[in-house]
Amino acid sequence: MSETPAGAAVLEVSGLCRSFGPVTAVDRVGFSLPAGGSLGIVGESGSGKTTTARIVVGLDRADAGTVTVRGRERTAAVRGRAARLARAREVQMVFQDPYLSLDPRIGVGAALRETLRLHFPGRDHEGRVRELLDQVGLGTRAADALPRQLSGGQRQRVAIARALAVEPAVVVLDEAVAALDVSVQAQVLNLLADIRAETGIGYLFITHDLGVVRCVTDQVVVMRSGRIVESGPTATVLADPRHAYTRLLLESVPHRGWDPERIAAARRAL
Amino acid sequence: MNALDIRGLTLRLPATARPVLDGVDLTVGAGETVALVGESGSGKTLTSRSALGLRPAGSTADGSVRVAGTEVLGAGPAVLRALRSRTAAMIYQDPRAATNPLRRIGDFLTESVLLTGALDRAAADRRAAELLDAVGLDASVLDRYPGQVSGGMLQRVVIAAALMGDPALLLADEPTTALDVTTQAEVVALLDGLRRRYGTGLLFVTHDLGLAAAISDRVYVMYAGRIAETAPAAALFDRPRHPYTAALLAATPRIDAPAGRLAAIEGQPPDLRAELTGCPFAARCPLADDRCRTEAPRPRPAPGAADHLTACHHAERLEGSAANV
Repeated sequence: MSETPAGAAVLEVSGLCRSFGPVTAVDRVGFSLPAGGSLGIVGESGSGKTTTARIVVGLDRADAGTVTVRGRERTAAVRGRAARLARAREVQMVFQDPYLSLDPRIGVGAALRETLRLHFPGRDHEGRVRELLDQVGLGTRAADALPRQLSGGQRQRVAIARALAVEPAVVVLDEAVAALDVSVQAQVLNLLADIRAETGIGYLFITHDLGVVRCVTDQVVVMRSGRIVESGPTATVLADPRHAYTRLLLESVPHRGWDPERIAAARRAL
Repeated sequence: MNALDIRGLTLRLPATARPVLDGVDLTVGAGETVALVGESGSGKTLTSRSALGLRPAGSTADGSVRVAGTEVLGAGPAVLRALRSRTAAMIYQDPRAATNPLRRIGDFLTESVLLTGALDRAAADRRAAELLDAVGLDASVLDRYPGQVSGGMLQRVVIAAALMGDPALLLADEPTTALDVTTQAEVVALLDGLRRRYGTGLLFVTHDLGLAAAISDRVYVMYAGRIAETAPAAALFDRPRHPYTAALLAATPRIDAPAGRLAAIEGQPPDLRAELTGCPFAARCPLADDRCRTEAPRPRPAPGAADHLTACHHAERLEGSAANV
């Protein structure tokens, strides 16, 4: 599916800056996602992780810096419908809340067909809809269901199927499992791992949950106040964090013998 | 006297085939921290709200809910007003939704004790200033509006407001879910300090097992309106006896676990529209047999541990770790 040779970066972000008035939301952010890789961006509210994701997808414009997908620069404005669609096919996004990202009046099958018609007109889509539903673990029966007839986990599967429909190079998942219950979250995380193994699609995983990062990413970038404070292989960063802020984030995850008082003091000191 | 004593609480809603709460037993001792853990729809929020006499419209309730010795089920308006303004208080998930954006924080803090006449204006102002100091905010916040402070600060204000009536019982329903992890640590440290200082019983409702393990003395795990398992925190996490508890622990992504696939629990919790015979977890349980599908398990104590109760026919087979499932 990917046109990029294995090992080469499918997504390359460099020197990204974005300001909102006096606030610098993203400050010289750069990272690279290898083909078929999975990169996590972690940080707290206001760290700039969501703004970065929105720029990568094309929902926001950078003041400076570049985003390159499969060697094609996407930061510049494009003209024309075909060019816009081609750019949309490169990167797809799955949002946190499938209750908001799906139209409540449109059935699951129709939502997938709409996306397919837009990007691949003139093809027969029935087989592809069945294939997509199967790929995300939903039966063909789900095609007739409206979003409200599905559980939260099933809805998120529909959102994932819709992102996969256009055969993107990269899927950006913005807190995509944060709203799900633990048992359902595990199902969806396993599904995402399977899809990546099968298709070689790259993931950019935006999350505040370090457990999720450990589970589904190879590389991680830690952001604070718009800047990257640490980055590296996930296992290394989590086992041996170099930056004081990364250490604070790790210690803040509740565990037995946890001392919230000390974390609160460390946070004030940082 | 226990801060909260729930005995055999059963709650039925119209147009449902099974009770949404089914024979719930739960206690919170004075000055004790108890975690109530469950997924969406398990009934954890309904259970905690019952302590304030809050029930969904049209519901019927059986059993007993006593807060600091006073029966709440079927209590009249005067009793409930005293309960909600003094004896028990709730901290909700979203502090923005729990405050009035058009009222100053000072008025929000003193409102309930002034309305019920529990304190006069001067005493209420003193108490508000004392509590703001206890939650680490200075008195300048009193004149500000909720929109002028951060989410973490506003959650501290809500916690201070909950303590205005010096309650015997503090109910915290996912109080840190909307907060960043480092802010969560601050709020938990704060709640723990206040519980010790004022001897308040704390019922902490959460979906986060790690958080429950970190902060509580005892834990209750709910599934489909029933208590599946309850035990001291260490015993529950080291030696879970209910397959659901073990499966939840195994399904939680952890920073110290190896990368790769999680042990997901297949299937969905039972639908409220379907009648339940037997164990509610049977359809998803690797240990389930015919008995599980026909006969509901009663809570039974673990050998030699009267405070570790498990509603499972096969609790003995699970003796050990989550890895067995």
